[in-house]
Amino acid sequence: MRNTFVATLAELAERDPNIWLLCGDLGFSVLESFAAQFPDRFLNMGVAEQNMAGVAAGLALTGKTVFIYSIGNFPTLRCLEQLRNDVCYHGADVKIVSVGAGFAYGSQGYTHHAIEDVAVMSALPGIEVFVPADPAETRSIVRAIAASRRPSYLRLSRAGEPELSGEPLAGLHRPRWLRSPPADVCVLAAGPIAGACLEAARLLPGNISVASVPCLKPIDDGFVRRVAGQARLIVTVEEHILRGGLHAAVSALLAGERSRAPVVGLGIPEADKLSVAGDRDSLLASAGLGPQAIAERIEAALRAL
Amino acid sequence: MSNTPDINDFAKRIRAHALRMVHAVNASHIGSCLSMADILAVLHTEVLRLDPTDPANPDRDRFILSKGHATAILYAALAERGFFPVSELETYCRNGSALTGHVSHGVPGVEASTGSLGHGLPMAVGMAIGLRADGRKSRVVCLLSDGECDEGSNWEAILFAPHHKLDNLIAIVDFNKIQSFGRVTEVLNLDPLADKWRAFGWHVLELDGHDIGALRAAFAGIPAVAGKPTVIIAHTVKGRGVSFMEDRLEWHYKSPNVDQLAQALKEIGA
Ligand SMILES: [Mg+2]
Repeated sequence: MRNTFVATLAELAERDPNIWLLCGDLGFSVLESFAAQFPDRFLNMGVAEQNMAGVAAGLALTGKTVFIYSIGNFPTLRCLEQLRNDVCYHGADVKIVSVGAGFAYGSQGYTHHAIEDVAVMSALPGIEVFVPADPAETRSIVRAIAASRRPSYLRLSRAGEPELSGEPLAGLHRPRWLRSPPADVCVLAAGPIAGACLEAARLLPGNISVASVPCLKPIDDGFVRRVAGQARLIVTVEEHILRGGLHAAVSALLAGERSRAPVVGLGIPEADKLSVAGDRDSLLASAGLGPQAIAERIEAALRAL
Repeated sequence: MSNTPDINDFAKRIRAHALRMVHAVNASHIGSCLSMADILAVLHTEVLRLDPTDPANPDRDRFILSKGHATAILYAALAERGFFPVSELETYCRNGSALTGHVSHGVPGVEASTGSLGHGLPMAVGMAIGLRADGRKSRVVCLLSDGECDEGSNWEAILFAPHHKLDNLIAIVDFNKIQSFGRVTEVLNLDPLADKWRAFGWHVLELDGHDIGALRAAFAGIPAVAGKPTVIIAHTVKGRGVSFMEDRLEWHYKSPNVDQLAQALKEIGA
């Protein structure tokens, strides 16, 4: 995903001389080619995220489209006030790119788990929030936000994510069906966890559809309402806490609907114990977000209807 | 080029505006406004290349007030410069006015919103990089308070700017020796401040921030060293020009009452 990001950005930067890339001293084996190809539009800002965000805003105010890149919580929480005041309040053309969504950095531990970032970024004014599920979505989104002239948050997983089956992305803010049209049970997923949802759907009998929702702000109201009017059960799945993510967005949207399917949220429990080592799959399994656990939780929710 | 009497007159006018503005709405930060009045007067009479009739000209100089709480006198300077009518200063901090108590970019002539300390210099650095990349001659001037030199974000930018040889960047520290809750030497000592900037790679000028001649000479000679950003450490007096406000912490918060306003205006000769 990160390689798709930078390759796409390089394609765009060849055509658009206003595209800049700033990194917070991270990006080994990922950003070198961009840096070599565009030495005048690449800046390693050092380990200084507050300055990176402020500089990005200043650069954007001189007419540049500025991507800032780092991992986990560093380009988001560490410099949150700079993003709020300098980037978003000014409507500066800055794209915040974070690699290592959810448990992508596995055994690196708690500091490297980005599990509240979507909630925090979504609260900022005027920003758009994107959580692509696979390289193809990443490519489409990078192309679109490079031309959007507004702040965006792009939450990437890491490397090696497979391309998921299903229809292509129809528009920047549109969800994408990965499995069958609207059905009895509709799973809405944000990010590569959509792959686990597809596996879970295959484990279950009956008619289960799965959609990737790569844009969480603004969420596609019409799509969510349509699905909620047709399905018997909606299940949201995200590699993030439930507060402030996909589940919160969908639930808030549907709260006032008189007739609609119930919404069950599957996400990462809010941290209340010490983080233990483990790769992404193992940590997701502990959080009840492996394919088998997702299938079982959907079955349990169906029984409870 | 303007001469000194014009600058002194500009400084007097913006001091008077600021005093009236904070008095009218019982606002804070008059001490912070008065300490930078002479700096602003020099900047706006003969340093900053700005055209109020063409405020978005890409070749303009950029000025960022990082100590965004001292906004009354900045708005006064912009009005005197012609960015908007002086009469609009009367709306300062009133319901519905664009003239908020911390600097906001909706106001003509304002480049960046500030108010949370430690944000201005990184933004100024970004502008300096962008303008240089575009081959423009514009300079970026950022005015900081001494108290905000506590903010780590500033030191990230102070480390960064010389590494990238940003000689189109000018920082000014309004070193009035008082910060929000006490004297700088007592809260968090900055001394030796000039040595710190020098050690980070800046060209450092140190002067009396109320000496119009010294300020003019300093700005006229920038960049004194090609490839280096310049910082002007301006030694100033908080509340400068009004005897009962000078060097007094309480005037970070208090607003002059009717009698105090009359006395203050008399002292500055308005
Ligand atoms: Mg001070």
